Amino acid sequence: MVEFLQFTLSGISFGMIYAAIALSLVLIWRGTRLVNFAQGAMAMFTTYIAIEVIYHTGSYWTGFVVALAAGIVLGAAAELAVIKPAQGRPELNAVIITIGLLVLLEGLAGIFYGGQYRSFPAAFSVTGLHAGSTALGVSRFDVFVAAAVLVTTLLLAAGFRYTSAGLRMRAAAFNATVARLSGIRVARVITVGWALAGLLGALAGLLVSPSTFLYPNSMDTIFVFGFTAAVIGGLDSPVGAVIGGLLLGVALSYAGGYLGSQVTALVALGILVVVLMLRPAGIFSGAQVRRV
Amino acid sequence: MSSPAEADGGQRASTAGGAAALAVEDLVAGYGEVLALNRVTIEASGASITAVLGANGAGKTTLLRAISGMVRPRSGRILFDGANRAGRSPEDMARAGIAHVPEGQGVIPELTVEENLRLGMMAWPGMTRRRADRGAALAEAYERFGVLADRRRKLAGTLSGGERQMLVIARALIARPRVLLLDEPSLGLAPLIMAQVMDMVVRLSRESGITVVLVEQNARAALSIADRGVVLNLGRVVAAADAKDLAADVALRHHYLGF
Amino acid sequence: MRSPLLRILGIALLGAAIVVLLSIKLNAFRDYQIAEIAVYVTAVAGLTVLTGLSGQISLGNGAFMAIGAYTTALMLAHLGWPFVAVLVVAGIVSAATGAIVGVAAARLHGPYLAGVTLMLGVALPFLAFVYPSTLGGDQGLNVVYTQPAFLGANFPLTRWQAWISSAVALVVLVLLANLGRSRVGRNWRAVRDDEVAAALAGINVAQARVLAFVVSAACAGLAGALLAIITALVAPGAFTITLSIALLTGAVIGGLGTLFGAIWGSLVIVLVPVYATDVATSHGLSTAVASNIPIAAYGVVLILVMLIFPQGIQGGVLWVLRLFGISAARPSRQASTPDAMPSAGETPARPHEKEGTQ
Repeated sequence: MVEFLQFTLSGISFGMIYAAIALSLVLIWRGTRLVNFAQGAMAMFTTYIAIEVIYHTGSYWTGFVVALAAGIVLGAAAELAVIKPAQGRPELNAVIITIGLLVLLEGLAGIFYGGQYRSFPAAFSVTGLHAGSTALGVSRFDVFVAAAVLVTTLLLAAGFRYTSAGLRMRAAAFNATVARLSGIRVARVITVGWALAGLLGALAGLLVSPSTFLYPNSMDTIFVFGFTAAVIGGLDSPVGAVIGGLLLGVALSYAGGYLGSQVTALVALGILVVVLMLRPAGIFSGAQVRRV
Repeated sequence: MSSPAEADGGQRASTAGGAAALAVEDLVAGYGEVLALNRVTIEASGASITAVLGANGAGKTTLLRAISGMVRPRSGRILFDGANRAGRSPEDMARAGIAHVPEGQGVIPELTVEENLRLGMMAWPGMTRRRADRGAALAEAYERFGVLADRRRKLAGTLSGGERQMLVIARALIARPRVLLLDEPSLGLAPLIMAQVMDMVVRLSRESGITVVLVEQNARAALSIADRGVVLNLGRVVAAADAKDLAADVALRHHYLGF
Repeated sequence: MRSPLLRILGIALLGAAIVVLLSIKLNAFRDYQIAEIAVYVTAVAGLTVLTGLSGQISLGNGAFMAIGAYTTALMLAHLGWPFVAVLVVAGIVSAATGAIVGVAAARLHGPYLAGVTLMLGVALPFLAFVYPSTLGGDQGLNVVYTQPAFLGANFPLTRWQAWISSAVALVVLVLLANLGRSRVGRNWRAVRDDEVAAALAGINVAQARVLAFVVSAACAGLAGALLAIITALVAPGAFTITLSIALLTGAVIGGLGTLFGAIWGSLVIVLVPVYATDVATSHGLSTAVASNIPIAAYGVVLILVMLIFPQGIQGGVLWVLRLFGISAARPSRQASTPDAMPSAGETPARPHEKEGTQ
């Protein structure tokens, strides 16, 4: 029973990271209708930047903030440099471009920082917490992870709901034509969407790297699980992204815990297939199933 | 009801004097190898309604899309405020004062009624989007259209056809454009609702001084509220006259308009 | 007027002659590269048909290669059958898996299909860890392969590997070319362009889509079988998601939907990294840096090709040929582009492929 609790709690912690990646993918999908396969690699790159800053300034939080800022810049830069020029072309082209970006970033990371595994500090203590005498299986840092993602998500949701900028983004995502005809600079809105996605990705990278170590390919699996979570939840749905992330995180935690860590990817595949066979556009995709 | 020309300062000069608000000259536009508009010239000014009529494929929708910037013309000029705006982007045209409601795409169903109304403010010039102005504009819209006030927090997708068009018109009012391009506003509406929508369009034009260009399949209804009529056929203008005269020209009506 | 089949066979024979010539003239390492290229051609051709002709994106064909490779390793180790028979079985086993995947994915499109195939590519190699006794775990399985006796003792193994890989690749290309020209191919294109219209025209959409997966998986399985005997080892590390991504990018760089594109793309995948590493080390860069330069270069190549030559190398080749008045292609179907401003949020959903020679 204690094990179950531990798996659940640590599953939630990882699930929040998948949710962050999933959310960033949904942001980009809603704005540009494409999947940014480089999202994980971007997060890896900004985490490397964080580690350099931390090393030179000795301050974790400075590195943290710089990484988030770098995520914003990287996201916007990627959209402006390689995605916008590809707009109007077949969707597959843009997908390949993001894959090219993925490969490029991993190569650059290898060139600048080397390929060896580097450890990344955690913001808070990683010793397990206890409730009385029961080990909970999570640490202060894990709680921070969940809180950070939750707060960021809520802030974004509030921003979307209550600000004019948020209204512009939603209008552009639902109907770019009407948005443009209303005077909304949809191109700019899209860039902002990519910038926010970059921010979320950077956050995910900072939160997960203490567990996975940092190396050029370290975000690959996290990205795949984040993508899976987004697909399960429905690429159109931010709520779906978060719930998908949590469900996946918890399910994989149980699978890894009870069946061994080798099967997690296979379990993820199983979940994905079952969900999509029942709902080909994801669980929360809503009435409008956009047939691509 | 104060006219928008008086309400906001600066940028938008009054056109009540009779100078053409909008003039399209020798416009050529198309899709791929198909020419939808073949040297079309049209003019509209002041607080008037110009009906653009013709069979399917005549080029009516393309005309509106070219004016609003959705389609880049191959040649010709689009004069608005004395400057040639052909080829500008839809956002720029909207901010310059041309509002376009495409066929079937007036409201965004996934947004609430109030959010749809707020879209109308996105085209306001520069920094006039102060909170007080925003509140006032919304309040005014709700006063005119009680139904919208009741449904302000509901998703626009839950509105009936007629209510959606009401929302479209209300949003157009808020946006205070100089030119409003309406593409088949009565599409899919019951005759009674259609009459109400037409009525709203007339009031919009008269009271706010907006130059309305109205594309309609239902030529009879359009001519009944329009001041001028233009008939397109296969991308060319085959008739341009006062609406009454067009309606009276039986031969023309039968040939091009089907009644 | 020569029939298309004869023309295809003629081209294939020409290709075979070129390979034989090169394999004799060049050294063993180059022979190995020829074999590697042939492996990729086989897999990429299947993928380009799946994605370019039937419109189904797959990021997991590396998994089918793994299935073919492991089947081959196991059969050679335990059954001792002749390689040709093993090859056929590997193809069948992969094809069967492709059928399963195709059925599961029949209703999926675009990113959802990409997601499932991506997950497949990531997850399947883990089976080696789940059954380490049979499948060898992390270390993998050694592949027991000896070249046929009739070659004689002096025939270099690498040359034979180059020959047999190229032979399989050419056979696969010929078969795919014919398939592409047949009713099956037409059905695929119809389904890709407009599923609803295809269904209304009487095409069994699900069947067509599953068949495309079967064919593509079979090709990948054969490629995997060849890879097994060329590298003499099958291990999960050789079949990561990187492989699946390489296949897709090869298909796209070469020219999606075209078989010649499969050849160009495979040349790029195999040769660019090697060339880039050579350039890097010749400039005195450390091995750590030098080994990553080809990776970064690869990314740049991908992006530039997609931005500048979206129809890939084959598109460029056809363009050049047309400049010289040689119209080797059937008239390419122009996707008519409206003069509209590209709508920022609404990119067209389907890969509009311009057909070249098939």
